[in-house]
Amino acid sequence: MYPDNLYYTKDHEWLRLEGEEAVVGITDFAQKQLGDIIYVDLPQPGKVLEAHQAIGSVESVKSVSDVYSPISGEVVAVNSDLAQTPDLINKDPHGQGWIVRLKIKDKAELNQLMKASDYEKYLEGLEH
Amino acid sequence: MINVIREPLIFEISSPGKSGVRLPALDVPERLEAVEGLSLREDIEGFPEVSETEITRHFTRLSQMNYCVDFGFYPLGSCTMKYNPKLNEKIAGMSSLVGVHPLAPEKLAQGNLELMKILENLLCEITGMDAVSLQPAAGAHGELTGMMLIRAYHQAHGNPRKYVLIPDSAHGTNPSSAHICGYVVKEIKSNDRGTISLEDLAREMTEEVAALMVTNPNTLGVFESDICQIAEIVHARGGFVYMDGANLNALAGVTRPGDMKVDVLHLNLHKTFSTPHGGGGPGSGPVAVKKILEPYLPVPVIEEKDGQYYLNYNRPQSIGRVKSFYGQFQVMLKALAYILALGPAGLREMTETAVLNSNYIRKSLEGIYHLKYDSPTLHECVFSDKFQKDFGVSNLDISKRLLDYGLHPPTMSFPLIVHGALMIEPTETESRRDLDLFIEAMKAIDREARENPELLRTAPHITYVRRLDEVQAARNPVLRWEGK
Amino acid sequence: MSYIPISDRDKKEMLERCGVKSVEDLFCCIPESIRLKGLLNLPGPLSEPEILEYFEERGKKNSFDRYLSFLGGGAYDHFIPAVVDYLSSRGEFVSPYTPYQPEVSQGTLQVIFEFQTLICQLTGLDIANASLYDGATGAAEAVLMANRIKNKKRLLVASNVHPEYRQVIYTYTRNLGLEVVEIPYDRLGRVDQKGLESALNSHTSVLLCQSPNYFGVVEDLKTLGELTHKHDALLAVVISEPLSLGLLEAPGKLGADIVTGEAQSFGLPLSYGGPYLGFMACKKEFVRQLPGRIAGQTVDAEGRRGFVLTLSTREQHIRREKATSNICTNQAHCALRATIYLETLGRQGLKKMAWLNLQKAAYALDRLTSIPGVSRKFGGPVFNEFVLEFPSDWERIKQKLEEKGILGGLSLGNDYQGLERCALVTITEKHSREKIDRYAEVLREVLK
Repeated sequence: MYPDNLYYTKDHEWLRLEGEEAVVGITDFAQKQLGDIIYVDLPQPGKVLEAHQAIGSVESVKSVSDVYSPISGEVVAVNSDLAQTPDLINKDPHGQGWIVRLKIKDKAELNQLMKASDYEKYLEGLEH
Repeated sequence: MINVIREPLIFEISSPGKSGVRLPALDVPERLEAVEGLSLREDIEGFPEVSETEITRHFTRLSQMNYCVDFGFYPLGSCTMKYNPKLNEKIAGMSSLVGVHPLAPEKLAQGNLELMKILENLLCEITGMDAVSLQPAAGAHGELTGMMLIRAYHQAHGNPRKYVLIPDSAHGTNPSSAHICGYVVKEIKSNDRGTISLEDLAREMTEEVAALMVTNPNTLGVFESDICQIAEIVHARGGFVYMDGANLNALAGVTRPGDMKVDVLHLNLHKTFSTPHGGGGPGSGPVAVKKILEPYLPVPVIEEKDGQYYLNYNRPQSIGRVKSFYGQFQVMLKALAYILALGPAGLREMTETAVLNSNYIRKSLEGIYHLKYDSPTLHECVFSDKFQKDFGVSNLDISKRLLDYGLHPPTMSFPLIVHGALMIEPTETESRRDLDLFIEAMKAIDREARENPELLRTAPHITYVRRLDEVQAARNPVLRWEGK
Repeated sequence: MSYIPISDRDKKEMLERCGVKSVEDLFCCIPESIRLKGLLNLPGPLSEPEILEYFEERGKKNSFDRYLSFLGGGAYDHFIPAVVDYLSSRGEFVSPYTPYQPEVSQGTLQVIFEFQTLICQLTGLDIANASLYDGATGAAEAVLMANRIKNKKRLLVASNVHPEYRQVIYTYTRNLGLEVVEIPYDRLGRVDQKGLESALNSHTSVLLCQSPNYFGVVEDLKTLGELTHKHDALLAVVISEPLSLGLLEAPGKLGADIVTGEAQSFGLPLSYGGPYLGFMACKKEFVRQLPGRIAGQTVDAEGRRGFVLTLSTREQHIRREKATSNICTNQAHCALRATIYLETLGRQGLKKMAWLNLQKAAYALDRLTSIPGVSRKFGGPVFNEFVLEFPSDWERIKQKLEEKGILGGLSLGNDYQGLERCALVTITEKHSREKIDRYAEVLREVLK
């Protein structure tokens, strides 16, 4: 169910490598936990983030979740479609529901992230 | 409730030329030059124009769409929805009391100042504390004031400190108030009894911690039996114990926060002391402190000299004002009238009955609804939807179905440490008959959950409106009437 | 106890179901050492007539109502139509909680929605919240909100903002590492523009001014907005006499970004200072930084219009320490009274009420300043309050007026150096010509 070409974090973000850049969003599991997304707080392009630093937040009617950067880097683009249609995250969390694009500082940090199979195992652990 | 008539917005029934009141004619010569230098508006665009008859029908119909304590059982946990004595409304309308301008010379307002001082003294006796400020407007405002007092003390002793410890079962206002006071919040996990673990507290309680904020009994209705040891741990590191007094209806007349070594607490006059909630306010959140924090109380402080009451502003260590004037005076009057009506034995009976009612419900529903913690509880108990979840029914569905039974649901999804929480606080207001009505309804709903879960998932069925689309409300906010 | 409907028999049976012998046993979780051994030392129980008498006796010790009062300064004695008291005292409005179950709270929610709309119409801004505690905390919340938006840590506050409001701002901002700078007033009684220009810099988040200000003078908001915006700061306006909005241009149309204030004038009695009614409105783009509850429109499962509390993720019960404010309980019932009041007066009534206030104040100003030695302190235009200057110290004149049954105005000397000979005089529609004339006559006598 979780695409093999993505990296995952314990906080339920995903990362897709595109050359020197990374596209980041939240996982299908995260969007289901939140329910209908009503608002996404996006960072300004140019913002420099450390790994695990909050990128922004995702809100449903009765909850707010911070989104953490899986990797260090500089924000080069944000998904401005989310301003009008935040439910893209519900509809297509791993695709059109992407949140930011980062210029990666250190690719070695990718080793800290989970592969799809590990993430699925991690989720099974959470069920119990 | 009459559900047939759909009441429009007042703006939609407005028509030009009407007014709901006749005002007197100008009795002085009109001076058109009086508006010189002013930017005047052409119109108040969209402002309504209706007659008194229409006003009366409009608000009477709107009122009939509301559920209220005067109508029935209102078991919102942590909200203490008790009966609001009608006498108190009459007193709060006495023009000799409420007709007084707040900046009137003190000697012309002696009665009001005396009443406020009496209330302060009675609240000191009830809480076992040394001094009270009536200025805060509501519980959260009282919390903020209390935390400011703590910060002012630490600041005066060289270091305001950095952290405030708050259990994960606490109300959201606790961390929010601490934050606005400039503190970083550290959460303490509840143990398997739903209370604070002494080991965790001892580990977290350093000399960088300004205070522990504790709700007692906590939001599960569980009394922190180790409260004295908790206070000792906090005091040993130079910190203060702040108690959220939201749940004083479980304690009044039985035990006192002051005797538990609490240093500062706020009270909710609109909870324990019966003043009405008014659809969300006004409340009143007096702060009670031990001697050590008294110098920091907000100004002014009511004092007495030679039988005359006066407002003392000359308090150099005070945190300053937290509100204009002296607080929610009318609310204070109602609370005082309530204390006088109860007397010491009545206050105790109030607490005992509230605790009895809650335990009666708990015993009656145990086994049918899941209880995460089996610790003894006082004035409220927290069930969850764990059993009903197997049938695809959530606490939200159970709550909405209760509306069809003519009952108000419990507090939902709080405290956060109980998933699918249903937090029930009956208060002493409920008769056996009303308690049984609720218990029977909850049992019936459990049966419905098994037999016909769809009935619950689509509830309520007979209210003025059915389930409302909160997602749409938040995604595309319409926050005012925009005209046709 | 008449408020407790449990009989002895009920109690016995209920204890049985709970499996305990006595109520005491239900408190077993409270250590013996901290349980009260006897009863508290409290008065009572008193009967209903005794309680009434208790309060009536204290009422007699208030002699305020024997005086002709010209006090205002953030608390105004206005006429309240009878429907306001009558309708607002319905139990269905008095005794519900916050409308967390919208299906059975449409009355309260629709009232909030109407209140928000009325506040938007009066202030000329896009959105408003469901209420705040009062004008003073509203002013504090406004500067904190502006700083969340601009995040530049320097807050300018006009010195002619109500002294108590400024004190609350200091109390709220003291612990947050924010710089508060006071801007002087000029000869007109308005914000001193030169002072403002020299205080504005790139670190400034906001200017908070009051209009009509504490001297009763209406500010030139347009100019203040232009100056403030030039430095990428916001203009926040606090209003303590919102009846003025019946006549004055809406601040939102003159450049205000946030308008907050005290709406006690709209149907609330003086009540010795509370409960009053804070309100706040702002431009749409700042909605996520607005503190307090907000009601919004939506539809139900059958497509019918309904109202809910919305955008709750700003609030403490969801966002905890990251919330826009810690406010929870607000002044809902006061907002209900204001809504009934405003809708009863309506478009024409509010304008007329404001006109009566302005005209009577103009008449009083003429009468009082025709007395030798009495002059108008500030030249700026006023609504229903003004500052008079007297030939000698106001405190002594005030005493003499009081001896003759008149509360002639509020002292300014404690809060403003150099205004020891001045007083703030307030006129409302309740001051008949005869009352104003009486004040003038007595003052003339006292000054002789």
